[in-house]
Amino acid sequence: MKVQFADVSMRFGAMEVLQHVTIGVEEGEFLCIVGPSGCGKSTLLNIAGGFLAPVAGSVTIDGETVTAPDRRRIFVFQERGVFPWLTVEGNIGFGLFDMPEEARRQRVAQYIQLVGLDGFEKAYPRELSGGMKQRVEVARALAVNPDVLFLDEPFGALDSITRLQMRSELLRIWRAERKTVLFVTHDIEESVQLADRVVVMSARPGRIRRVVDIDIAHPRDLSSTRYIELRDLIFGEIGLAHQV
Amino acid sequence: MRSPIQHSTFNIEHSTFRFVLPLITSAIILAIWAIAVKLSGTKIFPSPAAVAKAIASLSEKSLLWRYIGDSLARVFAGYLAAIAVGIPIGFLMGWHAPLARAINPLIQMLRPISPLAWMPVAVIWFGVSNAAPIFLIFLASLFPIIVAAMNGVRNVPPMYLQAGRNFGLSTRQLMIRVVAPAVLPRIIVGLRLAFGIAWVVLVAAEMIAVDSGLGYLIIDARNAGKRYDLVVAGMLMIGVIGLLLDTGIRRVEEWIGKN
Repeated sequence: MKVQFADVSMRFGAMEVLQHVTIGVEEGEFLCIVGPSGCGKSTLLNIAGGFLAPVAGSVTIDGETVTAPDRRRIFVFQERGVFPWLTVEGNIGFGLFDMPEEARRQRVAQYIQLVGLDGFEKAYPRELSGGMKQRVEVARALAVNPDVLFLDEPFGALDSITRLQMRSELLRIWRAERKTVLFVTHDIEESVQLADRVVVMSARPGRIRRVVDIDIAHPRDLSSTRYIELRDLIFGEIGLAHQV
Repeated sequence: MRSPIQHSTFNIEHSTFRFVLPLITSAIILAIWAIAVKLSGTKIFPSPAAVAKAIASLSEKSLLWRYIGDSLARVFAGYLAAIAVGIPIGFLMGWHAPLARAINPLIQMLRPISPLAWMPVAVIWFGVSNAAPIFLIFLASLFPIIVAAMNGVRNVPPMYLQAGRNFGLSTRQLMIRVVAPAVLPRIIVGLRLAFGIAWVVLVAAEMIAVDSGLGYLIIDARNAGKRYDLVVAGMLMIGVIGLLLDTGIRRVEEWIGKN
């Protein structure tokens, strides 16, 4: 197991947020965590990232207990995490401060290309669209060559067309880089499109209700019977009838 | 972003209009002033021509330039000292919430006290020296700088800090590479406001313990022979120089905003 959540519980004051969460994540796996808002899924990710300490249980990565943030595992926010005072280049190279100049330049160029921002090296975030800022953030995370990526509703602020494009971009990058990905979302469709497995959480206090294997090969056909079956299974598990 | 329509139809911002309009206003005010002095037949209040003559005679004796130089030196000394003291204090208070809780009430209590009220204290502490007015200017600009730096640091989006820590920055590196650039725009605004206050306090500060400067000019001209032409000349110089300095700082602000 790359990442192991062992009986993780969390409380903020008197409010129980997470109860006895136990799940392992394989190396190179794409795991989505879905659940109603406020169910503690972001908290779970923050615990794994080392930004919060659980009140009980532990998270281990490569057998080591997580106690603090670490460059080997990078957290990606919605695109608001990019630094407005740095250019695209500056942002992507942000975590590479202890690298020699020349190597850093090459690494930055490599990831600018990977996320398709060629020609925008000197642009500032305010000159970029939401989707482009999100690419900058993903590239900034990948540039330090982490082995785990935590993505906390990364596409939540994007319009639906950009969101679809970003999902296939992310899958392409994930296939190229083979990182372990933990992806939190409240969008069930998104989880079925992306994940190897989907962890479905209950409303607060968050517990794991069910883990669903998404046994559809990429690229996924969003109108296939299996896709719709799995999607409806998760909708049902969260207690939503798939009707408007 | 300004809309392109404004640009193409009536370009009020970038044409000579920008300079001509205020000149017209000034001319009208000067005319009213001159006529009012004439009509009222006052012997005390000077006409614009008398003030212009007073400025000319001051600059002939090169007294004007020495006074401007002395005033600027005092304001900058007090103001720079306030920056050097205020920004670190503001940073610390913004960073450590308990420290802010401990010190902030004191600062909020000292802030509304006019620098004029500090004059007797300044004289006791610094005697009859240049340090007394510098101290008053320092005090006047210190509090707005502390408050701007503190609020700036407090309002750094937590995501920036989290990202910085995630990439392995130490607290010191975090301060330099994340907090400082994140708060810069807000601090610059605070610095401009503080400078405005420092300049306003100049006259009060130069009422004590010095025998040069634009503030001194006003006080001295009034006390020694009611030379109101010199009083108004001093007022005008303070206004004009204040305007120039404010414009300069705004330029810096815009430049930083762009980069």
